[in-house]
This record gives sequence, structure tokens and C-alpha cells, in this order.
Amino acid sequence: MENSFLKGKGKIYWIAGLIILILIPLVLPRFYTYLTSIILLTGLLSTSLNIVLGYGGIFQFHHAVFYGAGAYATALMIMKSGLSPWLGFIVGPLVSALLSLIMGIICIRLSKLYFGMLQISLGSLVWIIVYRWYSFTGGDDGIHGVPVPDIISSSTSAYYFTLIVTIICFIIIYKILKSPFGSVLQGIRDNPVRSEMLGINVKRHQLLALVIAGFFAGIAGSLFVVVDNTVFPDMLFWTLSLEILIMCLLGGWFSFFGPMLGAAIIIILRTFVSTFTSYWTLVLGILMMFVIFFLPNGVLGYVEEKLKKRT
Amino acid sequence: MDLIGQIFSLKVLSQIFVGLSRTTILFTVSSGMSLILGVLRIPNVAHGSLYMIGAFTAYTTSVAFGGGNLGFWMSLIIAPIVVAIISFLAERAFFQFLYEREHLMLLLLTFALSLIFGDFVKMIWGAEYKSVPVPPVFQGYVHLFGGLPFPLYNFFLLIVGPIIAVILWLLVNKTKIGKIAMAAAVDREMVSAVGINVSWIFAVVFVIGCLLAGLGGVLVAPTVSVTLGMDHTIIMEAFLIVIMGGLGNIWGALMGALVFGLAQSLGILIWPQFGIVFPYAAVIVVLLFRPRGLLKSTW
Repeated sequence: MENSFLKGKGKIYWIAGLIILILIPLVLPRFYTYLTSIILLTGLLSTSLNIVLGYGGIFQFHHAVFYGAGAYATALMIMKSGLSPWLGFIVGPLVSALLSLIMGIICIRLSKLYFGMLQISLGSLVWIIVYRWYSFTGGDDGIHGVPVPDIISSSTSAYYFTLIVTIICFIIIYKILKSPFGSVLQGIRDNPVRSEMLGINVKRHQLLALVIAGFFAGIAGSLFVVVDNTVFPDMLFWTLSLEILIMCLLGGWFSFFGPMLGAAIIIILRTFVSTFTSYWTLVLGILMMFVIFFLPNGVLGYVEEKLKKRT
Repeated sequence: MDLIGQIFSLKVLSQIFVGLSRTTILFTVSSGMSLILGVLRIPNVAHGSLYMIGAFTAYTTSVAFGGGNLGFWMSLIIAPIVVAIISFLAERAFFQFLYEREHLMLLLLTFALSLIFGDFVKMIWGAEYKSVPVPPVFQGYVHLFGGLPFPLYNFFLLIVGPIIAVILWLLVNKTKIGKIAMAAAVDREMVSAVGINVSWIFAVVFVIGCLLAGLGGVLVAPTVSVTLGMDHTIIMEAFLIVIMGGLGNIWGALMGALVFGLAQSLGILIWPQFGIVFPYAAVIVVLLFRPRGLLKSTW
């Protein structure tokens, strides 16, 4: 993968892809610009989950909480504080990272399924508070029409903002995963006991990974505020968390770009299936079962396997 | 004196009884989930969907039998059977191939199933609210402790809860299949090595667990409006109860359901707007001190 990312022969494909992404708002109608923005930020969200899930082997069942928390923190900063809106985009991810730290400290003592279930319960508490606190968070209506700075308020400029932030985040995540820290994380995933024996502080590394993942999920949440100007409590609901998990699985969670691909597939499918039928979740469920039974490594995992066989 | 009077005021007492009748529903659903988690190691998200299907089937049955007492008793029989058939088919078609897979895969598979079930329910029953009438036998109130009016149906639930618990206890501890299932939960390979067909034992346990979800759906139907999305709420609550009680421990599920139900009903008295926060907070407090749940888990 080292070769395919910004280096060597793969470089030309990346530049081509980037040019296409830059051209999208100029060529396609506004709706597709919006759709692509959503795909980018959801891809960032699922990739941030994959830091802990695919690379860390932690059962992060309730990742959406950090996404929603980031979005709510950004929106509330803009609406209620009266400070510069740009500050909201910094506060959002920081709140997510802080929440991730608090939840991580509580959950990290447990492992695997216990961790996931405790996290779901803590996340539901956050969801319920957001859902019920009408005076502050707007309850089940959410917050609509969040005013973002003029420079990123049109759909085109929001798109470019999302694109730039997403690319920067992807590069940072990639660097993190390729750093010694990333290697240690993968070592912990493959053999926690052995890593412990080698003198690695397993819990501390996992906790740091959780905070990083929460931070990037918060960025994705802030981007959603930029693109859509709304926040609503479903952004922290656990079904969304499982949908993100599905994206990771569908794209392939042992590949860096798998979650991004999964997010793209699911969002495009949802958009087009929804125009034909109101039974989108049925389609998603069937697709999901197909993936679990026949493509356990996801689409990208499958392609990589085929490519390896050919060479 | 005043404080004691307040604590034992009628309002609090009646809330306690409301909480206890809620506990029956929660226990019925979460004991089934705990059974499946303990023996089959499946975190079954589709459990909530089966509960919803149970409630909707109860609606159809009670309409078909004219909404009277007969409709209620028939739905108490028919709905769990329908749910049992659905879960049996699902187990044979999907789950039996996946027991060796990771929990995460199983969780996602059950989530996929719950999405599919949810849309089927939408197709069959539509997206509108349905209401199941309280059967005539259980309409009206009883007066507890001289003067505390309490809905008769909730009183019925208070009686049903212990009955279900006793039946479950007998099933697990006094029947052969229960003992085999408990043994299989601890060491699957050893049980199959002595010549027992573990696959079928698992199927039976899965069906019993799901049947409990369906039964919970029938019991809850007269007290709430039956609607899409009731699966999401109950599954969350059942998950929390199971993890609070200790994974796979049915008595843990009972204790968890008690804590959850009472925290919910008493929380509303303390802080009406955020009453719903209390059970979740209770779960977190319990897990802070006992991270593996109140009782010993079978894992």
C-alpha cells in the first residue's frame, strides 16, 4: 500500500481522482455536489472508525456518538456562544475527543464484546440527553439553519471545504497508521498478550487510538454542519453506528480505503434505491447478508486478493 | 416522620408497582436475549424485531378474534408460535453456519436481519400506529393496600413475570435439554464429543429465546401503541439489562430488569423531563463497580 499512496506508479491515479473530485461541482448539478460532500464526510467518519476497528481490533460499537457530539458541539457553539463560527469547527472535534476520552477511560477496562456493549450503553445515555434536552439541543427536532461563515455557505464552497479537510484528515490518518504508534496498535490487535509482554502499555495505546478516532469523527460531524446546516439526534443513534460498521465491513476493514469505498457504495445505493422504493433498509439488509456470507473481507479486500493472485 | 411519609406515599408506591410490571416485560425479553447470548454467543440485535413482530401479530390476532378475551388469549398462544417459526427458519438458514465466526460478524448479521424484519413489518402492517385493546377481563383497577388504584392489566403482568421466571428456571435446571444447553455454553466441543447433536440443541435454545421476545411483545401490546421503531427502544434496554446482569445469566437478567424498571418508574417522579436518563445512569453506576455485571456470566 505504501507504493499506491502518493508514490510511484499509483500517483497518476491519485492525481486523476483528485482532478475529477475538483471538477465535480463545475460539471454536475448541485444535488451531486451535495451527495459527494456527504460521501466524503461519511467516508472520513467510517475511516476514523476503522482506526480503532480494523487497525486496533477494538469493538467500537457506538462510533456515531462522537460524530453527533462533534456536530452538536459545532452547531451549538455557532448558535449560542456568539463567538466566531470558525471556533465551532475547532471546538466540535475537541468535544468529540474529550467525550471519547471519558468513555474510553470507563470502557477500556473491558475487552471485546463487553467493551462494545458498555460503549453502547454510555452512548445511549448521551443520545437520550440530547434527545430530551429541548431547551438546549432542540430535542428530537434538532437544530436547523445553522449559519456557517459566508465563505463556505454556498454548496460549491462547502464542497471544496469538505474536500480539502477530508484530504488533509486522510493524509494525517494515513501517517498515524504508518507511524510506530500505528504499528504498535496493529500488534495489539493481533496479539494483545504478547504486546503486553513486550512492555507496551496496551490500554494506553488503545485509549489514544480511541481519542484519535473520536477526534476525526468529530471533524466529520463538523463537516456535516457545514454541508447540511442541520443537526438532529439520529446522528447519535446506535443504528447509525451499525451502519458505519457495515460501511467498514462492506469496503473491507483491513484496507485503508475500504471504509471510504463502503461509505460511497452505501450512500450512492441509498440515494438511488430510495427513488424506486421506500424499502431501502430491506435492500441494505440483504446486501449486508451477502457481504457477510460471501465477502468477509469486503469489496476492496476481495479485489486486493484477486490482484495478488494475478501477479 | 415527614420524609418517611413521603417515601412511602401512595404515589411512590404506585410508581414502584408500575416499575415492577414494566420489569415483567423487560425480563421476558431480556432473559431470552441472555439465553441466546449465554449459550449461542450471539448478540442478537434482531431480538427487538421479533418482539415487534410479536406485538403486531398480537394486534392481528386480537382483531381477527374480535378484540375480546378470546382474542387476547389466542394472541398469547399464536404470536409466540409465529415468532418461534420465524426464528427457527432464520437459525437454520443463517446462524447455524456462523457460530464459529467473530462476534462482530454475528452482530452485523443480526442487525441485517433486523433491518429486513423491520421492512417486512412495514410492508405487512404499514407505518401507522396500531393499538391493541386491553382484554375485558383485565379492564379496570384493583385497589392495593386499601385505596391505591392500580390497573388490573399491570397487576396481571406482575403475576405473569414470576411465572415465566419459574418456568425458565425449571427449563434450564430440571430438563435434560436445559442441562445440555448449559454444558454446551461452557464447552461446545466436549458436548458434541459425547455424541450430542449440538446444532439442534442450539436451534432449540435460539427458538426458545426468540419465543420469549415474541411473548414480551404480546404482553406489552395492550399497554403501548404498537408501532415501527419499538424494536430499537427495546433492544437497547434489553442489551443494557443483559450486560448489567452478566452476559448469559438469566437471573442476572431478572436483577437487571428490576433495576432498570424501577429506575425508570421512580426516575420519572424525581425529574420528569429526564426520567428516562435514570435507568441508563443506573447501568453505568453498576458497571463502574462491577464491570462484568451483577451476577456471574457464563462466558
